[in-house]
This record gives sequence, C-alpha cells and structure tokens, in this order.
Amino acid sequence: MALLSVQGISVSIGALCPLEGVTFDIDKGEILGLVGESGSGKSLTAMCVMGLLPRIGGSITKGSIVFDGRDLIGLPEIELRRLRGKRIALISQNPMTSLDPIIRIGAQIDQVSTLHLGLSAEAAKARSLELIAQLRIPEPAAIHRAYPHQLSGGMKQRIVIAMALAADPDLIVADEPTTALDVTIQAQIIQIMVELVRDRGLALMLITHDMGVVAQACDRVVVLYAGRVAEMNRIGEIFGKPKHPYTRELIRCIPRLGQEPGSLKGIPGVVPSIVDYPNGCRFNPRCSNAQTLCRDQAPALEPKSSGLAACHFSEI
Amino acid sequence: MTAFAPIRTAIWSPRGGVSAAVLVLVVACALFAPLIAPYAYDIQNLPGANTEPGAAHWMGTDEFGRDLMSRIIYGARTSLSVAVTAISISVAAGLTLGAMAGYFGGWFDRAVTAVVDLTWSFPEILIALILIAIIGPGLESTMVAISIAYLAQFTRLTRAQIMALKNETYVEATTNLGAGHFHIIFRHLLPNALTPVIVAGMLATGDAIILEATLGFFGLGAQPPTPSWGAMMSSGTAQIFIAPWIIIFPGLAIAITVISINLFGDALIEALDIRNRLRSV
Amino acid sequence: MISFFIKRLLLLIPVFLAVSLVIFMIVHLVPGDPIDNLVQINSSPEQKAALAAKYGLDKPLYQQYTIWLGNALTGDLGDAIILRRPVADLIAQNLPHSLSLGALALLFSTVVGITAGALAAIYKDSWIDRVTMTLILLGSTVPGFWLGLLLIMLFAVQLGWFPVSGARSWDALVLPVLTIGLGGVALVARVTRVAMIETARKDFVMMLHAKGVPPWRIELRHVLRHALLPVVTILSLRIGWILGGAVTVEFVFARPGLGSLLITSLNQRDYPVVQGALLMLAVAVMLGTLLGDIVQAAMDPRVRERIK
Repeated sequence: MALLSVQGISVSIGALCPLEGVTFDIDKGEILGLVGESGSGKSLTAMCVMGLLPRIGGSITKGSIVFDGRDLIGLPEIELRRLRGKRIALISQNPMTSLDPIIRIGAQIDQVSTLHLGLSAEAAKARSLELIAQLRIPEPAAIHRAYPHQLSGGMKQRIVIAMALAADPDLIVADEPTTALDVTIQAQIIQIMVELVRDRGLALMLITHDMGVVAQACDRVVVLYAGRVAEMNRIGEIFGKPKHPYTRELIRCIPRLGQEPGSLKGIPGVVPSIVDYPNGCRFNPRCSNAQTLCRDQAPALEPKSSGLAACHFSEI
Repeated sequence: MTAFAPIRTAIWSPRGGVSAAVLVLVVACALFAPLIAPYAYDIQNLPGANTEPGAAHWMGTDEFGRDLMSRIIYGARTSLSVAVTAISISVAAGLTLGAMAGYFGGWFDRAVTAVVDLTWSFPEILIALILIAIIGPGLESTMVAISIAYLAQFTRLTRAQIMALKNETYVEATTNLGAGHFHIIFRHLLPNALTPVIVAGMLATGDAIILEATLGFFGLGAQPPTPSWGAMMSSGTAQIFIAPWIIIFPGLAIAITVISINLFGDALIEALDIRNRLRSV
Repeated sequence: MISFFIKRLLLLIPVFLAVSLVIFMIVHLVPGDPIDNLVQINSSPEQKAALAAKYGLDKPLYQQYTIWLGNALTGDLGDAIILRRPVADLIAQNLPHSLSLGALALLFSTVVGITAGALAAIYKDSWIDRVTMTLILLGSTVPGFWLGLLLIMLFAVQLGWFPVSGARSWDALVLPVLTIGLGGVALVARVTRVAMIETARKDFVMMLHAKGVPPWRIELRHVLRHALLPVVTILSLRIGWILGGAVTVEFVFARPGLGSLLITSLNQRDYPVVQGALLMLAVAVMLGTLLGDIVQAAMDPRVRERIK
C-alpha cells in the first residue's frame, strides 16, 4: 500500500477552484516529482498534504488524502498537528523567510525534536548538531548559536532541511526548495537533500518546475497543468515516451548541450488564468494537435500503455 | 479620477457617512453660532448660576449663570478656527520644507531632518508649552504653538513622499526637458505628494482640537470671556461637586468632534487607498 | 551592549545641547529685559545687579548660555521668583511624584495594551476584537484631562473609592494612572494588534505550523514576540507622549509633580522654574528614548547587528 495516496482532490478558495481531481500516490522510500508551470497548483497540493489549506483560506471540496492508512481529510486539527513535523515534514520555498528571524538557528531545529520526540534540551541540541553536520555545514556549534540573518540563503535552506529531518518523518514535502537560491548552489542542495532522503529510506514529494532537477532526483513524476493532473509515470517513461502533449513540450524545453543557439523555444501560448480556464482539455489552446473533442470534453486521467495520462489522443 | 470621487466613496461608507454628518453639524455651529445659539455666550445671570440642565437651559448654566449650550456652540468657533488655521499653516509650511528637503537633499535636507527628528521625540504638548513660555498665553500663541508642534510630522511625511516620487521616470523626463527646479517641485512632485499630507493634516486637526482644549484648560489658551471648550472645563473644575455638567458637555463636544474627524479620516484613507503611504513615516 | 549604550548616550549630547539652548533662550525671547524675568519681585537694584553678574548678562549670548548650562549641570537652576526657593529644590521635591506616576502609567499601558492588542489579533473579527478596537478609538480621541475629570466624578465624587486629588496616599495614584493609561493602552494595543496580524501572515509562521507547533505557542512565543518589536519602537518614540500625559494629569488631579509645577509657573510667569521643569522633562524624554533603544536591541538580534 502506498504511504500517501491522494485521490481526486478538488480545492476551492473563495469562488475559485484552483485544483480539480488531483490524483497521485507515493510509496515508502520513493521520490516523486511534482512538476508544472507556476499557477498549476503545485504549492497548493503541498498545502493539502500538510493539512495547512485552511490557513490560507482554502478548503478541500472532494477527494481523499490517505496517509499511512488514515484519511487526513476530516481529521481533527490536533491530530493533524501531531502528524505535521513528526511524520510529514515541509521544506519550504523560500529559506530567506522561513526561519524566525529573532530566534537562534539551533533553537528552531531543537524545537522539532523536543516537541515530537520528547527529547530533553541537551539531547535535542546534540541531535541538531549532528543534523547540521550531516548537512555538511562547517562549525555546527557556531551555526547552532547563530541567528538566521547571519547565514547565506543556501545555508538557511540546509537548516530548513535539518528541521524537516529532525523528527525522523516518513514523508517530506519539498516545495520548490531551490528556486530562491543562486543557480550555483541549487544542484548542491538538491544533491544533499536527495542523499539524506535515500539514506534514511524516506519518501519525498519534490515540487519543482525544473525538469533537470526531476531527471536528477526523481523515481516517478506527476505533471500538473492548470490545476489538473496531465500525466503520471515513472521517470524513464516520462522522458522516453511522454503520453501527454504538455509533457512533451516540457521536455522539449530543456536546454541541452550542443544545442544550436536560438533553437530553444518555450511552449507557445500562455498558462490559462484561473478565473478563465478553457472548456474541455485545459491544454487545448496551446496544443498543436487539438481537435473539436479536446475543446468540448475534458479528458479523464486514464491508464495508458504505462502510467496515467489525461489526453484524448495519446495512443502510445 | 476626479478629486471628489474618493470623498464621495468615504461619505457613502457607514462610518464615513455618520461622521461626515456630525462634522457638518459642528462646522454649521461654528459658522452660524449667533443664529443657532439660544442665548448670547457672555450674558451673566448670577442668581441662575449652576442651574441643572432643563427646559430653559438644555445643558444647564455655568458658575456665572451663562447658558452652557450657547457657550459650547460658540466654543466650536474657537476650537475649529484655531485648530484649522494652525494645521493649515503647519501643512503649508511642512509641504514646502519637506518638498525642498526631499528634492534638493544635501546639507539643507540634513539640517531639516535633524531638526525634525529632534522635535519628533518630544510630545506636541511639551513643544507647545515651550513655545507658550516664549510667546505668552493666548489664542494667537496657541495657534502658533500648535502649528509649530505639528510641523515635524508634515515635513517628514512630505519629504518621504517626494523622495519616493523623485526617482520616478516622469520626473527624470521633465528634468531632461529642461524644466526648472521649482517647476518640477510645484507642478509635478507636490501635486502627487499632496493627498497623504492633506489627509494626515485632517487627522491632525482632531489632535489639534485636543491640544487647544488642553492649553485652554491649563489657562494658557483662550482667555475669558472667549468661549473655548477647554477653558470652560477648567473653570468647571471648581464646581465639580455641584455642577458636573459644566465639565461633561464641553468634553463631550470635543470627544464627538474628534472621533468624527478620526472616523471620517479613516474612511477617506480607505477610499483613497493610501494607508501604506501614510505609514511610511 | 555597553558600547552601544555609551554610543547612544553620546548621540544624545547634541540633542541635549539643542534643547537646552531653546530652553535657555526662553528668558531672552520673552519681551522685556531678561533680568526682570529672572529676578524676584521687589528686589533691590543691588540684588538685580548681583544676579545679572551671576548670569553674566553683560556678556555675549553664547557665554551666557555656557554659564547657564554650567550652573544647570551642577544643579544650580536659579531661584524661583514666586516661591522664592531654589528651583533645584522644587524639582527634587516634585520629580519623584512624576517618576512614580510616569513609570506606573508606562507599565499599565504596556501590560494592558499588549494583552488587549494580542487578544484582539488572535480573536480577529470577534466581539473581543470589536470591543478592543472601540476602546482604542475612544482612548486615542478622548482628551486626557476630560477623561481624568470624568473618572474623578465617578470614582471619587460619586462612589468615593479614591481621593479626588493630591498625592498623600498610594490609592491617589489609581485614577491618574488610569487616565494616562487609557491613551497609552490605546496606542500599544493598536500597534500590537496590527503587528501581530501582519506577522501571522509571514512565511516563517506558516513554517511553524508545518512543524506542528501548537497554535497558542506560535502566537505567544513567535508572533507576539515579533509584534513587541514595533511596540517597543513606538513606545521609545512616544515615551514622551506618556510623560506629556503626566503633565496634563498632574494638573487635573492637583498632584505635585513636574507637570503641575510647569503649568503653575507658566501661568505665574515664573521663568526660572519654567526653564528648570522643561529641562527636566526634556531629559526624561531623552532618557526614555534611550531606554527604548536598549530594550529594542536586547530583543532583536538584527538591531544589535546594525549597531556593530
């Protein structure tokens, strides 16, 4: 049985419906990539899994999120809180703003293990120091005493990762963990994170818009487009035999070595606005192969030769 | 956007509407006091001193038997004229100083900022008291004291607005077209910086009414027999055991006026959407 | 921390010089001969001459200022015209009353203001929020002296719970502290509320929720702690405001203190006392601001960084 199974969840925020029938699952020890352009609903999906949707004024209207045999929807907040940080941890998008600026780094990591593992202050500190060292940060003791503003962005993100690991969770949700960082340290952070997750056999839901990162780290991929799942498949199939035209376009857009200058093109058209989604398949205005059927009827997410895809015409 | 559109929006909001109505009433009292007031404000009637509020005197009489309601209606004249005049002077001076400091920068800016920062940490009442100590008590000195006490606030606000506007492209374009400094300041920068400063001025008028009343209460503002809300309460303290209405009604007049100014100012800030610009101080 | 303290103290010196210069100039800007503003009524010409010599009134203005400042710094603020006593004595006699009133009012405004503001922010849009907001509006718009008079009428005259005026016993402090306090509470509560609501929207608060930290702990240990930073800033900027409130309230309650001393001597044109009281109030405002700076640095590591 999958560790986390998300089945057809729809989300509403006010009058808007940014997620519709999103379905995917993650096995123990698996790294699942969640890709899509900005506005496709990636971060919202993370919020759903963390049970934090009400904090941004949203609610799940349909579907289920089953984690380790328990449906998180309808679980009382106090139960959710016991899961958060302890069994499902979050690595957030922007390390610059994710740490409390007036509390020492150490205390912020210690907090997780004292809270969830019931460690004493000394034990928690020892554990945090160990984690800081594992994240290849020099001088753990000095960092433990430091304040967030004294650290660089890359260092802060390592601290956020340490916080996520502090209570030995089963699942980590990493929401674009490197977008806010310099390009030069992005790969490094992803590498450290993936290594630690693999070593511990944890499941990781890695949200990104970077297909390069996906290729580097993931076992399986879910492609989101405009609040719906376009395709879900193993990494080899996604890159080898994409079933959805949007996935194909995404892969076409990855820059490659030896490519002719100027030959790199984006996907034509723009991501549709949430207030004005097109009828039928939401990708149809940008799809080179769109037919009348695509404009009239939304394709269901169905099994294909391998994996799942939501396209009327993916006959491979 | 016409200049009156936000005002209309403010008036149509529930808070804004009620407060605007009250303000119109207060201003009407100030303007038409002789027509509205049932008695003259200075006619003494010692046998009828300290009469309780009743049919003949709705708000009672004071220690000299003068009709309290008439004095409060005339008092609106004193309070409003002092506060509005003082704040207008202060706003005008603050706009000029702040615009020049923000636009020219350099030593002039540093000097203005230093003085403004210096006065900023001192409460307005203390600044007003220092000024009264120099120029002596009275209504005119109250006016001068109030306008200087609030000068720092408007200078600071204008300067911040001008600094923010100065770097915008259209100013640069105008400079490149060869426009003079004063043309740029008065035709381009100030009109854009004006709104928040005027709204801040309106809110400060409420504080100024309180400051005027406080100085009046200390005996340093309006001198008898000029009816002033603050001074009326001051003489009322002696009658606190027998005629509390002498204190209650003028204070109520101040409170209602100031609360209305604040509520209307708040509605106006909302309608103009300038809360952030005001906070940049 | 100590170097920071000394640095701030040094920064206050030009401020002190500027303020003292203005206060010194009072006697010279008032119409008439300065000596007449300083000397006791019915003084003999010899006494006048002695005083003129003491203040160096025949010397240039800047020398007079240094003489005056030197005297003031050594505790000689001259003699009161009406009360015929050394101004320093009058201040020594009145200062403790103002200090206790100011300190208690500050404590009251801070504690009650933060509590009210935090409750309003945590229970935003509930009746608690609305009641607090209404009180905030009233507290910041009702003239302090009127509120004081109303409190006297209700609690002293009608109910007889507290003395009407004076400072003979401790319970005489209750109504004055309440009077200054309501304005202070309004200010502190408003800042606390806005700051907490703004902080609660920040990323790191969401992160704390994601860490599974209980909400009440997030509100108290993290959000409130952040909200206290602007509260301290406002208080350090506006500490004079509370002292200003003390000036008014002392007069209303006929309490001894710097404020009533100042108002009385202003009405009597007793300039040496006016100068002395103003100088003390200005020093109090400056020290209050300094105190606020120090508390701020103690609370926020980023401020400490900036100072270094």
